[in-house]
Amino acid sequence: MAEKSRFTFPKAKRTPTRFRNPLSKYRVRIGAACDNCGECVARCPYGVFRKGARRPKVIGDHLCLGPACKGGPAYCCITGCHVRAITVSINPSFEMLGDRRWTAELLAGSWYMAESGKLPYQGLNYKTGDSGGGFDKIRLVYPRENGHVRPEEVSCAVELNRSGDGRPRIAIPLPLYLGGMSFGSISIVSMLSRVRAAKALGTFCCTGEGGFPEELVPYSDHIITQVATGLFGVREETIKRVPMVEFKYAQGAKPGLGGHLLGDKVTPRVAAMREAVPGSALFSPFPFHSVYSVEDHKKHVDWIKEVNPRALVSVKVSTPTDVDMVAVGSYFAGAHIIQLDGSYGGTGAAPDIAKKNIAMPVEYAIPKVHKFLVEEGIRDKVTIVASGGIRTPHDMAKIIALGADAVCLGTADLVALECLRCHHCESGRGCARGIATTDDELTGLMNIEWGTQRIINLYLAWRTHLASVLARLGMRSVTELVGRTDVLVHTDYVKPGEIDGELD
Amino acid sequence: MPAKYYISTHPVPSRFPPVIRSGVIAWEEGCLKCVTCVKKECVYKVYEKRSLDPRQMVDTLDSICKDCFRCVQNCPNRLIEKGFNPAWKAAGDDYWTPEVLSNLWFQAETGRIPVSGAGYGGPFSGPGFDAMWTDMSEIVRPTRDGIHGREYISTTVDLGRKVKALTFEKGNGAVPASIPPLVELPLPAVFDLLPFSPPGRMVTRAILAAARQLKTLAVVRASDWGDDYAPYRENTLLYLDRPRPETDALLAGLRLVEIPDGPDALSLQAALKAKNPGLVVAIRAEAGEGSAERAAELTAAGAEAVHFVADFHGLDCTARPMFIKDRMRQIHLHLVDKGIRDLITIIGAGGVAMAEHMAKLIICGADAVAIDVPLLVAMECRLCKRCTQGIACPVELEGVETEWGAARILNLVAGWHNQLLEVLGAMGIREVRRLRGEMGRAMFYEDLEKEFAALGKRG
Repeated sequence: MAEKSRFTFPKAKRTPTRFRNPLSKYRVRIGAACDNCGECVARCPYGVFRKGARRPKVIGDHLCLGPACKGGPAYCCITGCHVRAITVSINPSFEMLGDRRWTAELLAGSWYMAESGKLPYQGLNYKTGDSGGGFDKIRLVYPRENGHVRPEEVSCAVELNRSGDGRPRIAIPLPLYLGGMSFGSISIVSMLSRVRAAKALGTFCCTGEGGFPEELVPYSDHIITQVATGLFGVREETIKRVPMVEFKYAQGAKPGLGGHLLGDKVTPRVAAMREAVPGSALFSPFPFHSVYSVEDHKKHVDWIKEVNPRALVSVKVSTPTDVDMVAVGSYFAGAHIIQLDGSYGGTGAAPDIAKKNIAMPVEYAIPKVHKFLVEEGIRDKVTIVASGGIRTPHDMAKIIALGADAVCLGTADLVALECLRCHHCESGRGCARGIATTDDELTGLMNIEWGTQRIINLYLAWRTHLASVLARLGMRSVTELVGRTDVLVHTDYVKPGEIDGELD
Repeated sequence: MPAKYYISTHPVPSRFPPVIRSGVIAWEEGCLKCVTCVKKECVYKVYEKRSLDPRQMVDTLDSICKDCFRCVQNCPNRLIEKGFNPAWKAAGDDYWTPEVLSNLWFQAETGRIPVSGAGYGGPFSGPGFDAMWTDMSEIVRPTRDGIHGREYISTTVDLGRKVKALTFEKGNGAVPASIPPLVELPLPAVFDLLPFSPPGRMVTRAILAAARQLKTLAVVRASDWGDDYAPYRENTLLYLDRPRPETDALLAGLRLVEIPDGPDALSLQAALKAKNPGLVVAIRAEAGEGSAERAAELTAAGAEAVHFVADFHGLDCTARPMFIKDRMRQIHLHLVDKGIRDLITIIGAGGVAMAEHMAKLIICGADAVAIDVPLLVAMECRLCKRCTQGIACPVELEGVETEWGAARILNLVAGWHNQLLEVLGAMGIREVRRLRGEMGRAMFYEDLEKEFAALGKRG
């Protein structure tokens, strides 16, 4: 388990795209006039060019700063080229990428973090999307004076068991763990990449509800096993071998609906693990048909605690209007962690009507629950985890300031594995990019080492960002940020001159 | 229990290639003629399946591409790009966005509900219906499993005047003969007058034919009535827009008529009902500032149903337009305050563009909704509105075949019906009548945003 003091983070390793050409904002081209003098290769400090036999090769358009490159409007490679053979232009395909929540720049920024483990320098907006509300309109306010905290001094660790019930006081060195994505909805390679990255980062990864594949057993200490309404693949031994068990009551992306795995993705292996028939769609019922009251819910929690005396219990719920009451109920039922899954989270497949404008965005739910638990005097006894629409380290900082202790992530991992949110996870053989598929050939598009390192890199960059945010706020621990809504403003409601500090 | 309402669908292909979001731009010049071209590796085999649509000489490639970008990323000479289709960006308007249109086209073609992977990629919230969130079941609420058919969820509504309680006749204890008539529809939607439409009678015929198959009603102006509509008489909601009431011959066989709101609306209603006691008369009124008071007034005076109409963007035609969902909340809550809400049927119309809007308008207080533009879109309308200028329809709607048009509308409504079941199931509600006015199970932007207005303050 990750002891705060002894844990050392893994090293970032450069892990470029699996595909031949990176998707980039700018396109750099070398024309026929090039005489292979090598000036561009020597000039560009970002590694856009590589020496070639006939002429240099452009190998890293995504590393190019475009017009922002030093030297102002005259790019250094362009002005440096004595035959004027280099052109830099906007990549026309770039605007096709992403959507309002995950803009092309957010995707490209996350891909760069996953490639390098560093924060983007290219001028990509990796902090906010274009959804026009919530996170995308909330800003952090840095004070002019921060007490000289340096990012290296900042601790990002959080404890998950605050109940004092004698069960392990598990701490994670970053305020994040990886959420449930079942075997079946994603490939075994994606799943193992996530689990191995979780282990390297000293945190956890949830199995989702599709069972516990044998390949995951060596990583059991870093696995959260999920008990969801379909009870697919839930066995006593899987519950016994993990340090944390999660009840999935609802999923924010499609509250009120159970999981839905389309028939094409139910391969013989998936079917065997879920004790189902290959080729036929699998629906989890909704809700737990054994739970009609908080007392029933407590029985559920007690059952897990009885089966595994060292396990922490997390309860994952979506965000209805009375989410605060749900949270209190879960606390009194004995949950260590309450995960609030907001409405902008991911899902393998769901009817569009279930995803749009349904349930409360997590930005509203977290402060509501935080305040309510503070008033009830139990906020210090329970860990609140936010999920559903947290895309960036900036979102993570904001939601913690709104009242969460930690976050749970899913889509961001998939983006690290080069998901581009085409929204076709569900169709046919599954994801054409080999992430959310059970097809053997498509699964083979990715290898485990590559996937693991990409996810590690992404979250190392997130840590760098979070530490710098905390340092600028003058905080030495992420736990100081919890519920500090005073360091946030919403751009729609703040008046000019009202802010004392720097907006970010 | 009455027979279950089930809409049987079958795929109905489009007559014209739909407007699509993006196109593949593949350059030939500079091609290295690789032994295995990336185009051959396409997971969806779009380059193998592509063909030329004979009707408009359009390459079908773009309508089957799923934007995985693998060919873009893997072509060694980078000759393949993807780009926005300018026609996509130009389609529709701010309300009837290209996304809404293609969502409707998909349903009309397939009869299926749109399903996709990954989370919702749209805006955080927005004007109109996007400024509310519906609330789904949570841990300890019972819920219903309607969509997979294991439990029956009713979408039936009754249009007409309701009685609060049954009173028996004095003396003999008999049930009074004067219980007001009701029109029972198997789904909470009628088809409304169209705000614009290519000329001719074929569009209305297709809508009437669909109404018949779906067992609902379509509004038709009495001034447009003709013998060609007669086969659909039972599914006609006749709007008596002529100054004088129609002849009895035309009213015979009708279940519901509409009359325009006005000072003499109630006397007209009384006159109609005197001749046809079994007829339900609805009053059609423009939504506006006085709607709530007018609804209360009409209810108190004995009106049976009021059909409030906003424009096709959901706004009422006043100086300071209010969106239909907010207007409907106002009307509903005013009637609730007066204690008379359950006496009358309220139909809401205007801006209902997606299945979700139907559910949301009902949550805001409508008993049923009226659908207009989506009926046209089901028949491939692109909202170019050229018909309003007398220019020929690009998808030739004026001559639309009745059977084809009706089948497309049927598919769309089947999709909406199934999505309504999804919503009801997820909310744990077993019939749509229980959804009406259920605002406690919805969240409104203006309420939730209060949280954000308070940011930046200490303590």
